[in-house]
Amino acid sequence: MYNLDPRIFPSRKARTHEVCGPGADVFAFTLAARIRGDVMWVQERWEPSQINPNGFVEFIDSASLTLCNTKDQTETLAVAEEALRSGAISLVVMHLTKSLGLTEGRRLQLAARDGKSTGLAIIPDGMGSNSAETRWRCAPVFDSRFISQDSTLQKWELIKNKSGTLGVWHVRWDPASRRLIVVSPTGK
Amino acid sequence: MFDGIQRRVVSLWFPRLASDQILRRCPSGAPFALTLKQSNINRLYCLNAQATQQGLHPGMPYSDARAFCPNLQTAPVDLLQGQRFLQILCRWATRYCPWVGLEGRDGLVLDISGSAHLFGGEKGMLSDMRTRLTRAGLSVQIGLADTRAAAWALAHHGEGLASPGDMLSALQNLPVAALQLDEKTSTALTRLGLRKIGDLVAAPRAPLTRRFGPDVLRRLDQAVGQQPEGITPLADPPHYAVRMTLPEPIGLISDVMAGTERLLTQLCAKLKAQEMGARGLTITLRRVDQDHQEVELRLARPLRDPHRILPLFERGLTGVDAGFGIDQLRLEATQVEALPAQQLTHVSAAQKGHLEDLITRIGTRIGLMNIQRFLPADSHIPERSFIIAPAAYSDPASGWACANPRPLRLFPPEPIMATKPHPPERFRWRRMSLTTARATGPERIAPEWWLEDDNWRSGLRDYWRVETTQGRRLWLFYTPQSPGWFVQGEFA
Repeated sequence: MYNLDPRIFPSRKARTHEVCGPGADVFAFTLAARIRGDVMWVQERWEPSQINPNGFVEFIDSASLTLCNTKDQTETLAVAEEALRSGAISLVVMHLTKSLGLTEGRRLQLAARDGKSTGLAIIPDGMGSNSAETRWRCAPVFDSRFISQDSTLQKWELIKNKSGTLGVWHVRWDPASRRLIVVSPTGK
Repeated sequence: MFDGIQRRVVSLWFPRLASDQILRRCPSGAPFALTLKQSNINRLYCLNAQATQQGLHPGMPYSDARAFCPNLQTAPVDLLQGQRFLQILCRWATRYCPWVGLEGRDGLVLDISGSAHLFGGEKGMLSDMRTRLTRAGLSVQIGLADTRAAAWALAHHGEGLASPGDMLSALQNLPVAALQLDEKTSTALTRLGLRKIGDLVAAPRAPLTRRFGPDVLRRLDQAVGQQPEGITPLADPPHYAVRMTLPEPIGLISDVMAGTERLLTQLCAKLKAQEMGARGLTITLRRVDQDHQEVELRLARPLRDPHRILPLFERGLTGVDAGFGIDQLRLEATQVEALPAQQLTHVSAAQKGHLEDLITRIGTRIGLMNIQRFLPADSHIPERSFIIAPAAYSDPASGWACANPRPLRLFPPEPIMATKPHPPERFRWRRMSLTTARATGPERIAPEWWLEDDNWRSGLRDYWRVETTQGRRLWLFYTPQSPGWFVQGEFA
C-alpha cells in the first residue's frame, strides 16, 4: 500500500489535463478531493445523465461544486476559459463531446496558467488534443480480493505526459481516510 | 386654526372596493360577492349592489348566502391585490392635492387646504372626483369637513359637506358610532341614551371620562377641531437611477467606463443609504443621433460595491456601437434587494466574492439560471434526493445523509433483457456483454404515492449493486409488480 508519485498525481496545477474511459468521473472527483477548493462542473444541457450528490459525497462536499449547463461545446469552452482565468475556482471539469483544435487547447492552457487553477477535460475515447499536459484512461476493475460492499478499484493508465514518464496503476479511493491507495494489480 | 389657513379635509370611502375592482374588468348584472376564508369558514367579504338587494350582507357564511341567492357568483378575495389597488388610487388622488393618506383598508383622506380653487371650488372638486371615480367603475362616498374625523364620519354616514368652522351642526345628527369608537363603547353609549353626537356634546364631560376613559372625548374633540389629528401621506418609493449628460460626445471604451464609474459611485451611495443591494442593472447610452443602446447586467448576489460591479460591466460595454459618440449615460438599478450592513469578520470573505463575480460573468454569457448547485432534499427516491437550484438564488447547504451507498452518476432507467427476481448472470447493456460477478441487495424502495410520477408507475423497486467481471459496477433495479430489469446508475 503506497501513494501515487506526487509529480504525477494530483495532476500539475495551472495546466489543463484530459481523461477518458468509463472511470473518468471517479478520476475527476478524486482530483477534486485532492486539490480541495471550489469545483466547477461544466456540461452540455442535453446530457440526460447526471452526477449524483449522494454518490460523490464520499469525495467532496457538494456545497463546493457549481454546475454549469451550456448550449454547446463553444459555450462550454468559453465558460471553462472564464472560470480558469478568474482563479476563483481550483478545478474546472468540462465534458467535451467533440475533439479540440490546437487553438482551443492552447487557450485553455493559457487561461489555466493565468488563473493558477487546474482544468480537466472529460473526453470521448481517442479524441485527445495535442495541447493537453497529461492524458489518462481510467476504467473500473473488478476487485476479486477485496471483500467489501463498496470497493472502488480502478485502473488508471497515463497515456500521455508532456513532462515525465507514462505508467499504469491500480488505485482505490478510501472514503474513511479520504485518500487514494495504490494497490498491486490482481494476479490472474 | 393653528396656522391661519382654513384646513379642509376630504374623506373618500369606497364601500365596495374589492368587488368593484373585479367587476371593473368583467362587468356583470348578476349578484356578485368575494369570499374570505376565516377560521375554516368561507364568509362573504365584499358584495356588489345587486347582492345587497337580495338581502346578503358582509360577514355572512357563504353556504347561507348560496341558500338565499342561488345565482350568486363568487370569487376568493386577494387582500394583497386590494391593498395595491388602494395605493394606486392614493397615487391618483395626488392630482387634487399633494397631501394624501390611506384611511384603513378601503378609504383615502386628502388634505385639500388651498387647492380647492384649482377645480372651481370645493363643490366643483367633489363633483369632479365623483365623476372620475364613477366612470372608473368605483362606488364612492365622499365627506368634506375641517377635520379628518369629521370628514370620515360624514363619508361613512350618509355623505355630506360641513361648512367651514362649524363642524358641530353637520355632525350633531350622526350616530355616536361615527366617531370611530369601538363596538362596545358605542353600544354602551347608546344604552345610556346618548344616541347622537349632539347628545354627547351636551352631556357633562367629567362623568363620561370617568366611565369610558379619555378616548371618547378625545375622538369628539378631534372631530370638532379642538384637538389636532394628522394625515400621513405615503412616502415616495426610492428611485434608484442616476444619469449624466456630457457636453461633448465620447466614444472610447475607457471614457465610457470612467463615466459608468462615476454613475455607479452615486448609485451605490444611494443604495447604501437605503441598505439595499442591486440585483439587476441597466445602463442606457444615448448617442448623438438620438439612438440609444442598453447594456443589461444581472448579478449573482445583491451588490452595492462600485469596485466590484464596474469590471462586470466591461464585457457588455465593449460590445456597444458608439456611432458618432455618446452624450448621455443613464444607470438604473432595475432590480433591488435588501442588503443589510454586515459585520466584518476575520474569515476571508474575499474568496467568496470572487466566485460570485465569476458566476455573474458567466451568467451574462449562458444565463444566470444555467449556473446551478445541488441542495439536499428529504426523499428516499434517488432522483428526488437532491434539488438543483440556481446558484445565484440559493445558498450552499450540506447535510447529506444516506445510509446506503449511492451511484456516482444517475441516468434515466435503461431496460435490459431479464425477468427473474434475481440479478441476471449475463446481460447486455449499451451494446456490451456483461457478466455478473457479485450482486449486493436488494434494497427495496417504494414509490412516493403522494406525488404523481410517471417514472414510478411500475411500482416497487428492488435495487441491486451489481459488480461485473468486466469492471463496471452498476445500479440495477427489478420491478416485482411488473417484472423487468433496468440499469439506473453507475458506481465509482
